[in-house]
Amino acid sequence: MKNNGHKSTSPVTLLPKCPTGIQGLDEITGGGLPRGRPTLMCGGPGCGKTLFAAEFLVRGAVQFGEPGVFMAFEETEAELKANVASLGFDLAGLVRRKKIAIDYVRIERSEVQESGEYDLEGLFVRLNHAIDSIGARRVVLDTLEALFASLPNEAILRAELRRLFRWLKDKGVTAVITAERGREQLTRHGLEEYVSDCVILLDHRVNEQIATRHLRVVKYRGALHGTNEFPFLIGAEGISVLPITSLGLNHKISAERIATGIPRLDAMLGGRGFFRGSSILLTGTPGTGKTIVAANFAQAAARRGERTLFFSFEESPNQIIRNVHSIGLRLEPLVKGGLLRFHAARPSLYGLEMHLATMFKEIIAFQPDVVIIDPITSLMDAGTASECRAMVTRLVDYLKAGQVTTLFTSLTQAGHSLQQSEASMSSLMDSWLLLQDFEGNGERNRVLYVLKARGMAHSNQIREFLISDRGIDLVDAYIGPSGVLTGAARVAQTAREKAEALASQQEAARRQRELKRKRVALEQQISGLRSEHEASAEELRQIDEQVGTQTRLLTTERTELGRLRQADVSLPMGIGSARGNSKPKSKR
Amino acid sequence: MKTNKTRRTIKALTTRSKDKFVLRLFVAGATARSRQAIVSVRQLCEAELKGICKLEVIDIYQQPKLARANQIVATPTLIMEFPPPVRRFIGSLANITGLFVELDLITKGKIAL
Repeated sequence: MKNNGHKSTSPVTLLPKCPTGIQGLDEITGGGLPRGRPTLMCGGPGCGKTLFAAEFLVRGAVQFGEPGVFMAFEETEAELKANVASLGFDLAGLVRRKKIAIDYVRIERSEVQESGEYDLEGLFVRLNHAIDSIGARRVVLDTLEALFASLPNEAILRAELRRLFRWLKDKGVTAVITAERGREQLTRHGLEEYVSDCVILLDHRVNEQIATRHLRVVKYRGALHGTNEFPFLIGAEGISVLPITSLGLNHKISAERIATGIPRLDAMLGGRGFFRGSSILLTGTPGTGKTIVAANFAQAAARRGERTLFFSFEESPNQIIRNVHSIGLRLEPLVKGGLLRFHAARPSLYGLEMHLATMFKEIIAFQPDVVIIDPITSLMDAGTASECRAMVTRLVDYLKAGQVTTLFTSLTQAGHSLQQSEASMSSLMDSWLLLQDFEGNGERNRVLYVLKARGMAHSNQIREFLISDRGIDLVDAYIGPSGVLTGAARVAQTAREKAEALASQQEAARRQRELKRKRVALEQQISGLRSEHEASAEELRQIDEQVGTQTRLLTTERTELGRLRQADVSLPMGIGSARGNSKPKSKR
Repeated sequence: MKTNKTRRTIKALTTRSKDKFVLRLFVAGATARSRQAIVSVRQLCEAELKGICKLEVIDIYQQPKLARANQIVATPTLIMEFPPPVRRFIGSLANITGLFVELDLITKGKIAL
């Protein structure tokens, strides 16, 4: 029944641990408080010491089967029962079932007269009796320092306290001793010098009107522990410590991709959208359409049958549903169908830790596949930047461990460098989309980039982001020599280009036609010349023939004349040569 | 006359004596401190409050429940239940004079502190 199995919670440490059952504390301390040793829990008034101690006992009795003794020096049994009832602990019932024994120790200084030497054996006997009566394994002494106010002899008291802690160790009970925070030391009366095994410091700080409780393990002898300050809160179900780095970076990862609900955006992300279980940051200046992208994503996820949880910190759920209805998104049936759930809260409603706790609670209750937080920057109002970052880290850790895809929208103020203002958060994110306004030509146009997308090929191009009543559309922005043009300028530029193209087309056609005509003219010219050429050749032949005929006639005439004039012998030769010359020509 | 007066005084004291002084001494075991406390209180009862004092010595080792019921933290503790107000004396009662002064004042109806 007692301590079954819990000793083996952390195999690395040899020190046996006693699990507190308090959410987060066991993670920080690597399994719980040191078993069989006293732990000092100190802090100022109102920081939750008593509740911590009470929860340690109650959870021990309920969850781990370890009965406990609560020795109260400040509150009566009835008060104590009423106080822890607010955390949902049934202390009275546990007392009745002999799981917890409460002993209220009351000493009135005014009633007490000191006379000679004494010891605190009375306290020991009572404690021993209470422990033995229920077989207690855990003991709480709340607040032991009240003895300093009641008993005059501090020397005796210190000696007895030393004996008490020794006695508790010998008894083998795991004890929690609460103490008031001192001004210069951990406790007002220096109890830390007696309790050397484990010291936990609680703190309640108000920062910019928002109170946050912190827990720090100051000392834990013989064990590794988280040394940071961890915020914790006291909720309706007890205390939860929120360890920032408790989960480490060893989540299971998925290669599955999920669509964003905007096909063109999927195309920009390697064609298939985001990885399941990844964290996505969507930053943008006011009015760039972050909520719309988020709503689109939500609708797409819910339509695929994935449970989607939408945290809204700016608008009421009905307002979001109405607004995105105007661009053709129908979220209402999905809400009614139970796949989409809205959770809206004003950021200033309560502190950051409380927000985180309620978000955790919602996430645990709804078990979503997709979580949307719109916008994460609103929560900055509820805490400082570093706290917000810590919170986002924890949220991302938590959701990644559960393979939940998360979309955070983040509002950036115009005029700030986007990269700088989001740098702290972006390192936690797997994908980062940037929505931006482009101003010019008397208009504003939205553009979208993928700034980073871990583990996937993604487009480096800027896209114009159009919101119409049919939904979201991404179009290629004009990128040319005159820079990036969007909106009307892009349309004008496209028109101009079209006109230019048309003009050059027409010009080419005209030149083509002209050349054709020229060719035709040339051909005509050529044929004219050819006919001229032929004509001249004909003429030449005719001339030749004429010449031949004339020569023949002339010869004939001369011969006739010669015959008539009784010419000499040489004449026939001349006739002969004349014939020889004319012969080839006549042949042509 | 004088004897008569003395007798009356004693009678008056004795008639109220059963309620006059109710003392309970809580000790833890038979330690030297316990013994000293018991001796001191007995002496007181014998010497000063003879006949008008009811003394009960309780060992909390034997009766731990009474320790809780009587809000005992330190031992030895002497509780003077009656007359009111309830007063507690812690310690071995070695310095018995302080106690005498205390009791004397109470018997005279003067409540110091």
